[in-house]
Amino acid sequence: MNTLPGWLRQHLAALRALLVLTLVCGAAYPLVITAVGRLPGLNGKAEGSYVEVDGKRVGSELIGQPFLDGNGDPLKQYFQVRESHAGDGWDPMATAASNRGMEDIVDILPDPALVAAGQEDENARESLLTTVCARSLKYGELDGVDGSRPYCTDDGVGAVLSVIGPRDATGTVSRPVKVVSVNEACPAAPFIAEYRGVKVECAAYGEDYGEGQMVPVRGDAPERPAVPADAVTASGSGIDPHISPQWARLQAGRVAAARGVPVDRVERLIGEHTTGRALGFMGAPAVNVLTLNIALDETAPFQG
Amino acid sequence: MGSTTAGVVFIVSLLVALALVHVPLGDHMYRVLNSTKHNKVERGIYRAIGVDPDSEQKWSTYAKSVLAFSLISFLLLYGLQRLQDKLLLNLGLDPVPDHVAWNTAASFVANTNWQAYSGENTMGHLVQMGGLAVQNFVSAAVGIAVAIAFVRGFVRKRTQELGNFWVDLTRATFKILLPIAAVGAIVLMAGGVVQNFADPQAVTTVTGGSQTVTGGPVASQEAIKLLGTNGGGFYNANSAHPFENATGWTNWIEIFLILVIASSLPRTFGRMVGQKKQGYAIVAVMGVLALLSITATTAAQVAHHGTVAEAVGASMEGVEQRFGVENSAMFASATTLTSTGAVNSFHDSYTSLGGAVLMLNMMVGEVAPGGVGSGLYGMLILAVITVFVAGLMVGRTPEYLGKKIGAREIKFASMYFLVTPALVLIGTATAMAFEGPREGMNNPGAHGFSEVLYAFTSASNNNGSAFAGLTVNTWFYDIALGLCMLLGRFLPIILALGLAGSLARQTPVPVSAGTLPTHRPQFVGMVAGVTLILVALTFFPALALGPLAEGIH
Repeated sequence: MNTLPGWLRQHLAALRALLVLTLVCGAAYPLVITAVGRLPGLNGKAEGSYVEVDGKRVGSELIGQPFLDGNGDPLKQYFQVRESHAGDGWDPMATAASNRGMEDIVDILPDPALVAAGQEDENARESLLTTVCARSLKYGELDGVDGSRPYCTDDGVGAVLSVIGPRDATGTVSRPVKVVSVNEACPAAPFIAEYRGVKVECAAYGEDYGEGQMVPVRGDAPERPAVPADAVTASGSGIDPHISPQWARLQAGRVAAARGVPVDRVERLIGEHTTGRALGFMGAPAVNVLTLNIALDETAPFQG
Repeated sequence: MGSTTAGVVFIVSLLVALALVHVPLGDHMYRVLNSTKHNKVERGIYRAIGVDPDSEQKWSTYAKSVLAFSLISFLLLYGLQRLQDKLLLNLGLDPVPDHVAWNTAASFVANTNWQAYSGENTMGHLVQMGGLAVQNFVSAAVGIAVAIAFVRGFVRKRTQELGNFWVDLTRATFKILLPIAAVGAIVLMAGGVVQNFADPQAVTTVTGGSQTVTGGPVASQEAIKLLGTNGGGFYNANSAHPFENATGWTNWIEIFLILVIASSLPRTFGRMVGQKKQGYAIVAVMGVLALLSITATTAAQVAHHGTVAEAVGASMEGVEQRFGVENSAMFASATTLTSTGAVNSFHDSYTSLGGAVLMLNMMVGEVAPGGVGSGLYGMLILAVITVFVAGLMVGRTPEYLGKKIGAREIKFASMYFLVTPALVLIGTATAMAFEGPREGMNNPGAHGFSEVLYAFTSASNNNGSAFAGLTVNTWFYDIALGLCMLLGRFLPIILALGLAGSLARQTPVPVSAGTLPTHRPQFVGMVAGVTLILVALTFFPALALGPLAEGIH
């Protein structure tokens, strides 16, 4: 070895070191851990925490799955999970979050011609704010509560005005010449009639109102909306198996009615499928939707 | 307990746990890395590698060994990805496209673990386990090795020698990383993290739909991904994925693993220089900066300013229910204060202020406590710059730990500091100058700029987390960010080793009345201050265009 030039010796040592390390860290170590994972008590978890109904695997306790009908609408007899950006929804082969920012508030409106023809406009883009407003309305309606939220119109889009006019030294438009409700496509009637003495217009398709100052309007929605935060947001993984106890309690009445059982029975089941904070301080209380729905099917089958 | 109280207890319990292991783990690392003996297994390994464990290397040889090892690692990892379809356990996946494979190889070798791919549909089990997970171990071990060699520069006198890279690498892997990772992996499995070699399994769901549940050797990789401050997720959703991070308490364990080695290394440093209090001073600077940052991020997330956050009523977008807002913010702080880059919630959807603090954490150079090894040498270089600044004020030749900080030393230190800002700012400016890269932005306006700035900050500082909306698996981003990762990793390593080499040659100067004491609170405050001022001066204009503009609207 010592007859080799220095630079070659280094690379040869590097190659041999990497091979040794690969054998130990890349093969022996994961294999040993896998073997430990076969031990009773660990094996079910290492395998993927699968849940069975009638001896058949229906999913994993840790992976959220949807409870929707063929049209993608919520099935009223089941608790609903959080919204998902994983593939076409709840796809463990493509886990993902929305990655939308907190000031994503302006929609790109769809072509009305395509909408009229019942087609989707690929260039249209719903802002995160409108998505949140629409979900709030949808889940409020589903469970018969007020779906209104701050910065949302009554129709469930983001209440955002483009205030156009001369800017003052700080960039604000104090004397607008034109005001447009950017997320409300014409011929909709804007959510407010007037802003600073100027009539608010609906948004025309294809028009860019970016020159104006974007002003979200809070409106008079309650500080704490009836539909909880987890219901109107998408999870990080897109396969979050849990919902908040608040949202579960909100859904309890509808589920109980659909199944023809008393609400307190459903509420008791929610309690049984809720995980509190570990040691009282780790994590947040969470209700496992899959195991809860399976328990419901077992004890109070839907007669629809 | 209310959620805010629980969140505070969560943070405090982590800090207490880290304080408890600081001494035993720091001492353990001191012993194994400075031992003069080699046991049978180690001798076997050195024979297999073909090196003499008792030979010593001067700084340039040490650096060449680091580079040679990393080059070979890069080539092997690139090859594994490109030949994936011909290997075992490939799940039927195609070879990884060349630009993605280059980016990923650069990323994992540089301890960055930026991911331009989605794990579950790009990488088979063998590439994950035999390629990516191996780099999780060894890139972290390289960090520890360089940190120890760097400290030897202060400890040794009148010598050219800084130790033997191959010995340091072996010891760091087998005696520090491997045992802790093994324990961590088993604990995570007990929480629900999967560990198997199954192909994705199709199941019929309760409502009769179909879902494909993934498998893989995740627990073994998850443990080292966090312990080695790597951060590359087995799955695309990273530590937000329930199979990577199953419960509220596995989340605690994962944050602990992220912080534990980096926060214990100052103890190792204190032992090596023979003055434990010097180590305490360094860990105190790290602690002060970390606490400021954790508080700011958590407060911003809980306060949830921003139009959408206010409409929602909480910062829940991209956050998992089982973790909640507070514990997610803590994970985000830990991952950006170190060079980890794993995420359990999606930073792109953070409040503008919360997101800005995460970016700032990385811009500070990830020194509080920083990446495994890189946090220690990064912080010591900031300490060197601080004594230099202090020396200028009183008009004396500055010294640190008995070594003079002369012209040669300060050149190395300031070049070290300048590498990452140069990469971040030039990289971001280049991306913004061209139409193609600008189109990768997922969000309009200032937030889109933040996405690009975050990407270059993350890559150049070897973090790997992302404002994940940015479409990065394009030629431009793959190549540019890959270069940033490699230069951001290896230039500082060469400069740090060069500085160490120059310090090791010196004869120590005795402590005199004019020596600046470097173990008192005054010095702790000075280092923290110098760090924040340097970073603020460097990055303020860029931050003003992105997150600050967005937050002020």
